[in-house]
Amino acid sequence: MSATIKSLAVAGILACTSPLAGAEAINVPAPDFTLESRSGENLRLEDHRGEVVMLNFWASWCGPCRQEMPLMDELYSQYKDLGFTILAVNVDENREEAHRFLDKVPVNYPILYDPESSVSELYEVQAMPTTVMIDRDGNARYLHYGYQPGYEDDYEQQIRELVRE
Amino acid sequence: MRILSIFAVSALLISLATVSGCSSVKPWVKPYERDKLADPVMSLSRHGKADSYMHHVYQARESARGAEGGSGGGCGCN
Amino acid sequence: MAVTERGCPRLTWLVLPALLVVAGQLSAATLPVDNVDVLYHRYDGGGMVIDGPSVLVRKSAGSQVSVSGQYYVDSVSAASVDVLATASPYQEERTEYTFGVDYLHEDSILSLGFTNSSENDYEANTVYFSVSQEFFGGMSTVTMGYASGWDEVGRVGNDSFSEDADRRNYQLGLSQVVTRNSLVGLDLEVVTDEGFLQNPYRQNRYIDPNDSTAFLYQPERYPETRTSTSVAFRALYYLPYRASIRGEYRYFSDTWGIDAHTIELGYVHGLNEHWTLEGSIRYYSQSEADFYSDLFPFENSQTHLARDKELSSLSGTTLAAGAVYEWKQTSLPGIDRLQFSLLLDWLNFDYDNFRDVTVAGDFLPGEEPLYSFDALVTRASLILEY
Repeated sequence: MSATIKSLAVAGILACTSPLAGAEAINVPAPDFTLESRSGENLRLEDHRGEVVMLNFWASWCGPCRQEMPLMDELYSQYKDLGFTILAVNVDENREEAHRFLDKVPVNYPILYDPESSVSELYEVQAMPTTVMIDRDGNARYLHYGYQPGYEDDYEQQIRELVRE
Repeated sequence: MRILSIFAVSALLISLATVSGCSSVKPWVKPYERDKLADPVMSLSRHGKADSYMHHVYQARESARGAEGGSGGGCGCN
Repeated sequence: MAVTERGCPRLTWLVLPALLVVAGQLSAATLPVDNVDVLYHRYDGGGMVIDGPSVLVRKSAGSQVSVSGQYYVDSVSAASVDVLATASPYQEERTEYTFGVDYLHEDSILSLGFTNSSENDYEANTVYFSVSQEFFGGMSTVTMGYASGWDEVGRVGNDSFSEDADRRNYQLGLSQVVTRNSLVGLDLEVVTDEGFLQNPYRQNRYIDPNDSTAFLYQPERYPETRTSTSVAFRALYYLPYRASIRGEYRYFSDTWGIDAHTIELGYVHGLNEHWTLEGSIRYYSQSEADFYSDLFPFENSQTHLARDKELSSLSGTTLAAGAVYEWKQTSLPGIDRLQFSLLLDWLNFDYDNFRDVTVAGDFLPGEEPLYSFDALVTRASLILEY
């Protein structure tokens, strides 16, 4: 019986090949959207054409998001004067959760609210967190699924590359 | 006992088949919809070592052993 | 001397090795967070008080590895019914050390660990290995584990007595997210033991051939092998006001003829941002082992003989309640999250065919009252994530 379990296990693990990779290089137009931001006004992605945009999807209940946010804040203060910005889309259904979280983990970059997941669906978010690097022409160039310590180095490398274009 | 083994193995076969058919069926709970599952009230084992201690209490007094815990659920991040 | 407390097999996860190459997979798992888990546990009932600490420390070493170490003690002051029937009350201590490593590789978490449990007459060692893998957009988790244990059974007062007992555990588990509000789990575990599986002190009784109103004792004799299978199904459902209900059923069957059923229902209620209350009720029933009897007709009436109440026909009920306080993103220096839990479980065991021979009064053998007892288990735990 343990032999049967063994073969089942091998079959199960090898059979399911996910089409995703931890990070991907692509070149497709990033879909436009408008969402309410933390400062009260509506922000539209198209308005940031000409800037390098790091679009990040996060939630208060997501552990890895909590890890990467302070590191993203550092990147924001370092590169924002070079035509770079971060748009962090919060997917919490309840805005209060996001606010409570931001009280403890304060960041300076814009926060957008997507409580109905319309933009998450638009971007086919397949992991939490998800980061999309968008170049100055509005094309999505790099995709990151999830966060592992060390990803922030990849982010920085890609920001420097896109800022120079 | 034989029937039990057959039942258990076929149940797992079915679940693995469902899992491996993922290219034709897309996951229907999106990662950004996992907020309730990430809530600690939905945690399978929230109390750390206190939970495994309880299994030990029962194993020392009852004949049954095994199949006591699980992992999974939660935020499904990364 | 632990009549009922034995070095416990630390095996929760079993895994079949070499199934780990999943190239090009999305990294879809996270290692357990760094934490310190301190527990005070106390069991009080059936003439026994067993308490002690458990301290676990977990630390990550790099982004892919997490190591943990645990120290656990059972301090036993016992005068249980088995002991009182044939011996005198005793004090004893059992100490257990566990070391574990978890490795995150793409989609899977590989865990390797070792446990050593030691008391004055029993030494248990276990090695375990498990793999946990997320699939299907993180909706499914499959876990496989393998554990191997080797124990040395001793006997107080007899330094030359030493017997071996070996264990193997094989486990397979599946956890599946069904909807935004529910998840289900299926677990299967097969355990095989081999060697000296009985207790060197425990006796069973038979009717005195010279006096039918009295009984005599002889040491128990168990088979040298045992294989058991357990299948458990569990389900959790989220209730809209921040609560959950859960149910679990487990079926157990082994080669000693024991069949057991366990049913548990639980409810967890989030009061506010910090406090959660929970309660559960559990019912357990088992049938006796083939070679079990409370009273044998004469000496050596069977090849295998047991009067261990753990192998008798019994049922048990547990009522549990608990409160958990959680403080996320604390203002304490270096502490990310704090969780304090106080959990109380009241256990009640009723034996259908194990009799209490210590009860005062003149009873004919086999007519003593059936034994039953209750116990209160207290767990106070503090988890600090740093």
